[in-house]
Amino acid sequence: MIIAERKPLAELVEMIKDYDRILLLACKGCVSVCSAGGEREVENLAPLLRLGCKKMGREVTIIEGALVRQCDREYIDAIDRWDGEYDAILSMACGVGVNFIANLRPMTRVYPAVNTSFFGGSAEQGIWAEQCAGCGNCILHLTGGLCPIARCAKSLMNGPCGGSQDGRCEIHRDVPCIWAEIHDRLERLGRKDDMNLIAPIRDWSTAGHGGPRKVVRDDLTI
Amino acid sequence: MSFTPNIQAFCCHYTSQQTLAEGREAMLEEGFPATVTINRVTCTGKLKVSTLLAAFEEGADGVYVVGCPLDGCHNLMGSQRAAKRVGAIKKALAELEVEPERIEMFHAPRGFHPEFIDAARQMDETIRRLGPSPFKEAAAGNE
Repeated sequence: MIIAERKPLAELVEMIKDYDRILLLACKGCVSVCSAGGEREVENLAPLLRLGCKKMGREVTIIEGALVRQCDREYIDAIDRWDGEYDAILSMACGVGVNFIANLRPMTRVYPAVNTSFFGGSAEQGIWAEQCAGCGNCILHLTGGLCPIARCAKSLMNGPCGGSQDGRCEIHRDVPCIWAEIHDRLERLGRKDDMNLIAPIRDWSTAGHGGPRKVVRDDLTI
Repeated sequence: MSFTPNIQAFCCHYTSQQTLAEGREAMLEEGFPATVTINRVTCTGKLKVSTLLAAFEEGADGVYVVGCPLDGCHNLMGSQRAAKRVGAIKKALAELEVEPERIEMFHAPRGFHPEFIDAARQMDETIRRLGPSPFKEAAAGNE
């Protein structure tokens, strides 16, 4: 899922300083699961924004709302129910949601309440870790299911590098060397020889280096 | 300028039960500050962040929670969860450049005991030292 974190309160209070009525909009998708921008987070952020504005000497009205997702046209239409009630939207969705509102509502002011961080999973309760870089050219079948693009500090295709020490990455002792883990895992799976295969120079055009990416499915388009 | 703090205490059924049975007058005689209003909840683990923030919005200068001992909560993890939520609010207050000491978590065994009164006195002392809530001051200054 997409992992996000709430922006610092001072940044948010500054962001909404020109508006008296804010629609604080939760997304029930990924950011709800990672406890960054769901309905509970809206419930918690609303009083903090009111208090932050009050400390600056002004009152602000926060309308609490939620969309099933903010990354689909049909759900964005649900914003119409608050028409005329707000001056700006503060979206707690990931950056995709903010873009979608901006795309589909040309005259609506929309601001991000979270920093969109990465594609990851919940390592344990309250801890999320990056697992996928969304590079558009998956090579997990060669690496025992562990991604060196997202999880190696250098995104090496032929690792490990000389900075791998005792199974840890040189950037920090807390960071496992994913290539050491790939090696150990392939060995356990009886595929250790795969480590000797040389990965060719990688085509990064699928990773966004060729501009914004798009997936078109002819079987689904109308 | 004289200042009478508005302190809101959220206490679980188990930590406050016997203390409250003594009655307000008896508590005051024991040294419980008159500035503290007790809000009794079934378990502090059920307290929401928004409930504690609402107390500040409604004019509290300080807020505190009294739950069971960390390793002896009647509902196992209730007071641990409450402590985490209080910690989150402390961080949020710091982000707003408000003293984090305006909210505290205390753990006390069940029954009538001096720790319950000590927590109230400690908060009363802290809030008197800090002065009125900056949320109230700014609003008043703007009127």
